[in-house]
Amino acid sequence: MLDSVLFYFFGGVAVLSAVLMVTRRNAMHSAVFLITTLMATAGIFLQLRAEFLFIAQIILYVGGIMVLFIFVIMLVRLDVALHHVRFRMQKMVAVLVALALGFEVLAILYAARRLPGQGLFISEITPPDKLPPNSEELAKSLFSAYLLPFEIASVLLLVAMVGAVVMAKSKKGAEEQ
Amino acid sequence: MNPTLEALLHFLATWWVELLWGVVIVAVVPLVAGYVVLVERKLMADMQARLGPMRVGPHGLLQPIADAVELLIKEDIIPDNADQLIFWLAPVISMVAALTSMGAIAFGPTLQVARDINIGILFVAGVSSLGLLGIVLGGWASNSHYSIIGAMRSTAQLVSYETAAGLAMVSALLLSGTLSIRAIVDAQRQSGVWFVFLAPMAFFIYLVASIAETNRAPFDLPEAESELVAGYMTEYSGFRWSLYFLGEYANMIVVASVATTLFLGGWLRPFPNVTWLSWLEYAPAVLMALAGGYSIYRAGKQPVAVQTGFMWAVALACFAVAVLFAVPRFVAPLNFVLPGLNGAFWFLLKVSAYLYVFMWLRFTLPRYRFDQLMHLGWYILIPLAIVNVVAVGVAMLLENAGWNRWVGLMVTTAFTLGTALYLVHLQDKRNARASSAKTDVLPGNSYAG
Repeated sequence: MLDSVLFYFFGGVAVLSAVLMVTRRNAMHSAVFLITTLMATAGIFLQLRAEFLFIAQIILYVGGIMVLFIFVIMLVRLDVALHHVRFRMQKMVAVLVALALGFEVLAILYAARRLPGQGLFISEITPPDKLPPNSEELAKSLFSAYLLPFEIASVLLLVAMVGAVVMAKSKKGAEEQ
Repeated sequence: MNPTLEALLHFLATWWVELLWGVVIVAVVPLVAGYVVLVERKLMADMQARLGPMRVGPHGLLQPIADAVELLIKEDIIPDNADQLIFWLAPVISMVAALTSMGAIAFGPTLQVARDINIGILFVAGVSSLGLLGIVLGGWASNSHYSIIGAMRSTAQLVSYETAAGLAMVSALLLSGTLSIRAIVDAQRQSGVWFVFLAPMAFFIYLVASIAETNRAPFDLPEAESELVAGYMTEYSGFRWSLYFLGEYANMIVVASVATTLFLGGWLRPFPNVTWLSWLEYAPAVLMALAGGYSIYRAGKQPVAVQTGFMWAVALACFAVAVLFAVPRFVAPLNFVLPGLNGAFWFLLKVSAYLYVFMWLRFTLPRYRFDQLMHLGWYILIPLAIVNVVAVGVAMLLENAGWNRWVGLMVTTAFTLGTALYLVHLQDKRNARASSAKTDVLPGNSYAG
């Protein structure tokens, strides 16, 4: 009872604010609604007892990436910038991506229907208070089964960071000359 | 019975303690924040040989309430070109983030809103850092240059120092091996010492970073009263301004609570495993009774009869709290509340001590310049925090390899201290080079160098 109330609350907020995010004209309002969507999704993660995913979503997406987005919106005058860079193909690409995504969701739903039992496949039913500690399990699988992808991702991020620093530095040097 | 109602009643029956505690936090924190301000003004006055607020109530004890009323009845000004929605939303985000993050803090062994959350300390750190959004959005929505520049400065400062604070927290988490707040405190009980003694450098880094994160002197660049207009809060006044203010003081309490939990043993009394010190269990009642006695002593010295009466009321309140602490110890059926009461007492005492250090530093140290602040954060604190994480890990490995814990600790702490000195030396050299470069460019300029 309570679970479904919470689920529909978070799900409704997520969908509604996602729609608002796309339809708002003001870029800052869009950003705020995107934050709301991410928070609502985090709420669903928490309801699924994925506490670590919940807090990672809040720290990384809401606290990190969205702050960066807002910074960019604050610093760049969007109306001017839009005149300079106009990506004419955007609508086509957007339609294509939306279609692909919709197809994917449909495929998942279709595959799920063919599994035994109703609805989506649930591997093993554990009572919520008997679940293994979330962050520990995640750490174990990250550092054992998925060590190589994890390290590759870390190196990639490091390269990106160094690249950003180099780009920022070289521009400054050019200005001084 | 209606199934919805039944589910609701079941929910209330299971969670009433947590709900009640949540309501208490939301209701009491604003009052506490007001009195933290009063204490701060009184301490500042004391350190500057003044009296501080004295007019409203005896020794100014009712000053916070007068201030709150003043803020509430002020005119609510919204600039014409401000973005109405976000201007309204931003202070709310700041305050809600600070209050929500208190939900996971354990004030005593049982006083916690989110009772089985497994990632407690991450929740507190992550949610309280969302207050940053309130600052950025508020600065942008005001549609004013002062606000936007103030917001940028604030954000730059907060983002820089969050990294150092996070790495300092990692050192303590390495020692405890868990992210759950209760398990962290339990780990300190089991190891017999507070983590501040096991990871002193981490505690120091966290102290500095938390001062910067709460925008307090010597790092109060975002709203340096004597130099700037009010930073990101320039266009805010009255009630909205007070929401920001409340969020800031709530945030101070949050960082103090995190430091208490991670480094100062949470709700444990000093030396929790030493039995001959168990008379410390009586300390809460005795201390409150002493405070009451002192209030009676001061009551005779009040200039006006009303103020004497008020002082007596304060004394009675102190005695009532003392009785509250003492009764469960001697009445067996009430023994079950004892751990919670004593835990809350020790926890709040440690938090207050941490806040006292905040204020003490504010009145002692001069303000940093903005570039000095950034250099301190990026060139000294963050590298030091990274080295410290590795050092704490090495100390744990050494202990596992059979070393005496304190020897391993001293070696690694000495190494971290050496790194700190080297980093400071590098910074000095950088400063010297910068100032000599300046004198080259501007010969004869008396301001340079």
